[in-house]
Amino acid sequence: MTTTTQTEVIRPPESPGLWKWIRENLFSNWINGLLTVISLIVIYWVVTTSVRWVFFAADWSPVLTNPLLYLVGQYPREELWRLGASLAMVSLLLGVSWRKWGGVMRTFAYMYALFMLIGAFWPAQGETLTMPMRIFFLVNILVTLAGYFLARVAAIRSAYILGAWTASAVISLILLSGVEALNLLPKVTTGLWGGLLVTLILAIGGITISFPIGVLLALGRRSSLPVLSVISTILIEVVRGVPLIGILTLFSIILPLFLPPEMRIDRLLRALVGMTIFSAAYMAENVRGGLAAVPDGQIEAAKAVGLNGFQITTLIVLPQALRAVIPPIVGQFISLFKDTTLAAGIAVLELLSVGRSILQANPEYIGLQTEVYIFIAAVFWIFSYLMSYASRRLELALGVGER
Amino acid sequence: MIEPTTQKPLSRSEIPLWRDERVLRIAAQIISAVVVIGLIVWVVSNVVQAATQRGLSLGFNFLSDSAGFPIGETVIPYDPSRSFAYAFLAGVLSTLKVSIIGVILSTILGTFIGIIRLSSNWLVSKLALAYIEIHRNIPLLVLLFLWYSGVFLQLPRVQNSIVWPGPTFINQRGMYMTWPRLTSTGQIFLISIVVGIVVALVAWVLLSKVQENTGRSTYYGWVSLLLFILVPVAGWFLSGGNPIRFDVPELSGFNFSGGLYLTPEFAALLIGLVTYTAAFIAEVVRAGIQAVSRGQQEAARALGLNYRQILSLVILPQALRVIIPPLISQYLNLIKNSSLAFFIGYPELFFIGKTTTNQAGRALQVILLVMAVYLVISLFTSLILNIYNRRIQFAER
Repeated sequence: MTTTTQTEVIRPPESPGLWKWIRENLFSNWINGLLTVISLIVIYWVVTTSVRWVFFAADWSPVLTNPLLYLVGQYPREELWRLGASLAMVSLLLGVSWRKWGGVMRTFAYMYALFMLIGAFWPAQGETLTMPMRIFFLVNILVTLAGYFLARVAAIRSAYILGAWTASAVISLILLSGVEALNLLPKVTTGLWGGLLVTLILAIGGITISFPIGVLLALGRRSSLPVLSVISTILIEVVRGVPLIGILTLFSIILPLFLPPEMRIDRLLRALVGMTIFSAAYMAENVRGGLAAVPDGQIEAAKAVGLNGFQITTLIVLPQALRAVIPPIVGQFISLFKDTTLAAGIAVLELLSVGRSILQANPEYIGLQTEVYIFIAAVFWIFSYLMSYASRRLELALGVGER
Repeated sequence: MIEPTTQKPLSRSEIPLWRDERVLRIAAQIISAVVVIGLIVWVVSNVVQAATQRGLSLGFNFLSDSAGFPIGETVIPYDPSRSFAYAFLAGVLSTLKVSIIGVILSTILGTFIGIIRLSSNWLVSKLALAYIEIHRNIPLLVLLFLWYSGVFLQLPRVQNSIVWPGPTFINQRGMYMTWPRLTSTGQIFLISIVVGIVVALVAWVLLSKVQENTGRSTYYGWVSLLLFILVPVAGWFLSGGNPIRFDVPELSGFNFSGGLYLTPEFAALLIGLVTYTAAFIAEVVRAGIQAVSRGQQEAARALGLNYRQILSLVILPQALRVIIPPLISQYLNLIKNSSLAFFIGYPELFFIGKTTTNQAGRALQVILLVMAVYLVISLFTSLILNIYNRRIQFAER
């Protein structure tokens, strides 16, 4: 008897219905109501116009016919197996990392599979994507799954996976550029590399090489030795005070002056040096923020225990500082990834300049710039958005600012 | 039993040199200075040697030679017979022009988007979020190309110009806007506006001091506003009632004349820079406003402050302290990003530098000059804004 009345009394409140939500969030007062109506009109107009343009008005032929150019540029088509081998390594490691770390890696694996599906079923109008390539894209999905199950049967230590990623990067670079002495792997000059491949190499290479330099510069700037700190500060501030396109141009002028004329230093390397120097200055500022976050008590305690300066830095300060700067470094990676487009200014064929050269080389594509640039913008958007999503997840997982 | 240590502490002279921290510190500094100076000497001497070997001149005296190339649009009058140095100056001024206008417009747009991002209206807030996410994840260069070749180069011919109210005419050759210009007596009106602003500011400062000191209400806001309006109105009548005329663009022959003319390059660059930077500024503004805790607002209301007072005395001063530092770096980014105009052909500093290199060679000197100018602009901007920043920061206790 009593129990029934009790249940009636503590019945949960009415669940907020759709109407209630709309009233509270969209029409709470007359100004909000007006704003909602205006927004709906704007959204309707934008969506219908863009859908109409994308599916009916736009001519996507400059995008659809040349998928390989956008992916790898002029890389010799008979040597594409090297890229395939590198891709297979990435697939396998991605699968292993997915099982090991989950979270962000799972999202990456899903998106990777989606990219592979897009590649496999790309509605190409030309004959650029052959059937074996399309099948290979599908096989990569299976390789990723294989990596996942491999990591499930055998417990693999995180350190080994990280090592494997590093090794795969080195192997890929050797594979891609070839070795002079080997007949099997003839050299492919970087002048032929292009597209998304070069964009990724510049971004990943730039951020990786700039990391140690940035850490050193940050330590230098915070050092109590005035000479070191002044030198580091000047370096950081000068690089941060000038535009990237200027740094790229400067290095593309200076670097060839060093070397004898017969030893031409290739454009990709010049761009990479420029991107690295540029990125190192920003990296230094990010790391400095992390260093500042390490409480002084830590250093004092380390001194009291009897560690010397080198030990304090490497064992106490840096491990704590670097954990705090992972999110800003991901942010920096995203902007470096977007900044690779500027390498177009020194004749490096990254994604954007491939698009531009396709437009210039084919007179029938006159007036189709919008389609090409929208496509490139979409590619950059997807990659950047994925990374910023990963960074947000990582921030939660690391618990930065909670401890 | 452990013997008590009888060893007396080492005196300074007994510490070996390689363990004496003072010696180590000095040694580390000398070594790093030597390495850096050596590196600089090595780079410079290598470059000089390579340049002389290839017969490249490293001097700066080419700057006084005649430039010989035309520039599409300049802030100061220019013709190809002017010197390289003058062309360079024209480039610097164009960079400053697009930077200053860009900073002002992107602050307005960014603040607007940042505020509607915080709107209680779900749809409006999500629209702002969409704008921010779209612009933050696309390279600026791609946006510039989209605006330039996707929009401005696809506009109709001069004869079929798009007409916006104003009237503003938009076509392939750019935008022609109706623009207010001063008539012959306009100077008086212009001066009266300046005087009005100065008098209003002085009144604001003095009267608010009086109010602070005596506690009597001096209505300083209203008094300054009145002065700000009345002085220019007086100037209007002094100048004969027509200090401004509207310069309306008119079609004459195959082109428009009159009005304010924006080239497609300038318009695309400005719109690209402003829309891109605004997305970042919006996030800065949103974070700044969110950093002021709700309790502050409630406490202010409990004290009996009205809405305007809460905003100007409680929320804004605290939000600005959070907003200003990242805002500074966004402004600096905008200034540096204006160098991308090179890709779409707006003749600013970097573009002029490239043209000079094509015309006169001397790539190294030109790029160093260009970089030096950007560096000076950047350092100067951050200096001014840092001084301002230091003034509004709380004194830490």
